[in-house]
Amino acid sequence: MRKSALFAGVLFALIALLPLGADAYWLRLGTTVLMYGVLAMAWNFIGGMAGYPSFASAAFFGLGAYTGAVAQKLGVPMLLAWASAGTMALLFAALLGLALLRLRGHYFAIASLVVAEVLRELVNASTDLTGGGMGLNLPVPKDATITSQAEFFFYSMLALAVVTFAAMLAVKHSRLGFGLRCIQQNESAADMLGVNTTMYKVAAFVLSGVFVGVAGAIYASWVHYIEPPDVFDVLYSIKAIVMVLLGGAGSVFGPLVGAALFLSLEELVWRNYLQVHTGVLGLMIVLLVLFMPKGVFSLRMRRKGRA
Amino acid sequence: MLTLQILANGLVLGGLYACIAAGFSLVWGVLNVINILHGSFIVLGGYLAFFAYVKLGIHPFVSILIAAPIFFVLGYALQRALINRMIAAPVLLTLSLTFGLDLMLSNGMLYAFTADFKKLTLDPPLGVVSLGSIVLPVDRLFAMLLALALTGLLYLVLSRSRIGRAIVAVRMDREAAALMGVNVKHIYAMTFGLGALMAGASGPLLAMIFPISPLSGPVYLGKAFVICVLGGLGSVPGAMIGGLALGVVESFGALWFGPEHSVTLSFTLLILMLLFRPTGLLGRTGYA
Repeated sequence: MRKSALFAGVLFALIALLPLGADAYWLRLGTTVLMYGVLAMAWNFIGGMAGYPSFASAAFFGLGAYTGAVAQKLGVPMLLAWASAGTMALLFAALLGLALLRLRGHYFAIASLVVAEVLRELVNASTDLTGGGMGLNLPVPKDATITSQAEFFFYSMLALAVVTFAAMLAVKHSRLGFGLRCIQQNESAADMLGVNTTMYKVAAFVLSGVFVGVAGAIYASWVHYIEPPDVFDVLYSIKAIVMVLLGGAGSVFGPLVGAALFLSLEELVWRNYLQVHTGVLGLMIVLLVLFMPKGVFSLRMRRKGRA
Repeated sequence: MLTLQILANGLVLGGLYACIAAGFSLVWGVLNVINILHGSFIVLGGYLAFFAYVKLGIHPFVSILIAAPIFFVLGYALQRALINRMIAAPVLLTLSLTFGLDLMLSNGMLYAFTADFKKLTLDPPLGVVSLGSIVLPVDRLFAMLLALALTGLLYLVLSRSRIGRAIVAVRMDREAAALMGVNVKHIYAMTFGLGALMAGASGPLLAMIFPISPLSGPVYLGKAFVICVLGGLGSVPGAMIGGLALGVVESFGALWFGPEHSVTLSFTLLILMLLFRPTGLLGRTGYA
């Protein structure tokens, strides 16, 4: 654990030096990598450790983005708005987890998948509060330059990534992390041996929600304009999972490495093949699943699909 | 009287929904694979009908007969070449695999057909039929009847034919079926082929009613999810009941809460069903 923490400290310190020698484009890319790194690390709590195929990341992301944006629109200072987004995601994940974590396999996957759809439609319909389909504009600070803004959001996202990483490391080496690994291997046996499976699973689900909620709120402040199809995009869930698969769920650095690798590939594809970039993304996913058994099977996701 | 009309609308819609969901439910039930491609297959079937009608003048009802074998072969080949390799893998991987394939297919369609909505309009139109105070467009009525017929046909294939019994056998116990001389890989591919066939064949039916766009794939997929959970996974009667139920619920939901809440309503229903009655309305699992 101490070795991982040391290595991570050096890594994050190096990342923090990026603004010294980078223009706004690289800062944007760096912020994006850190954001997806947070999404992937957060998914690791429920998907990697507990082995529950959750597709709820998009729901937490959108919920956080809208909570933060609405709070800011109502005059709440930015940092407080981000905190309220995290709190909202925490409460929502706890309630949702208590209901959904009774399901397993495909059923859990589907139920978690549709949560984002439901939230999106609700946000779409409540025009008074959220602007509905017209989206929501966030205030742009008056005295800010492009570079200072880019640096501010880069460091905000970096701070969130550091906190998420620290939480992941702490949980992995704690009683909770041990319990989650037991649940992943055999939930019934873990239950019988005295692991409070319900509480542990809900804890993992909350951890997978709260950081993503804050990331959503930072994202909203960063891009200044959000709309329901943008922040409740199911691709947030899918990409987080693919990144963890790519990096390998076994190691604590897997999600971050996966995020960096995936986004570099995506940026290349996006830049060079704009018209077919989602198709190429699909091809990457297919190839990853078919030909990377090592990164993929270290996951040992539960096989109980049939209920 | 309005109630009767809305009930009729709901049942017509529900017949089509049943057809959408039957193939999806079959694949999920037998292969334990969630086929994310299903929605895009439906859309592709719709495009096939559209171009067959606009360019060649082939009636959509006839193009079902063209779509069926094409999609069957496509599905069979896909399963044989790719998905069979991952069939024993965990949920997340098979789901990611079909999701990746779906991204490729929907992007391909977006590239080839553009995002513009296309509408297949019959010329001359078939008009409407009145039953007492209920008025129904004839094309919708025919589309529903054909959809129900297709679904019924799938039921017959599964319950009567040799290949159908083999599919049911594999669903019940893969190892035992293999020991009895069933070629499991072939049966898996046949099942996926049948699922693709149902999707491809319901495309032309939906194309007569709804505009076609590469972006409608996920909408149909979402409906298939809800129907499977409503009716109970892996049975044709379940898909039939679930489809009709969803059609009626959506129609009345649109009346009571407004059409903008129909997705919320159906997905809330899905989550409630999963929590309180995961075996579906019919309350049984298993293919028969």
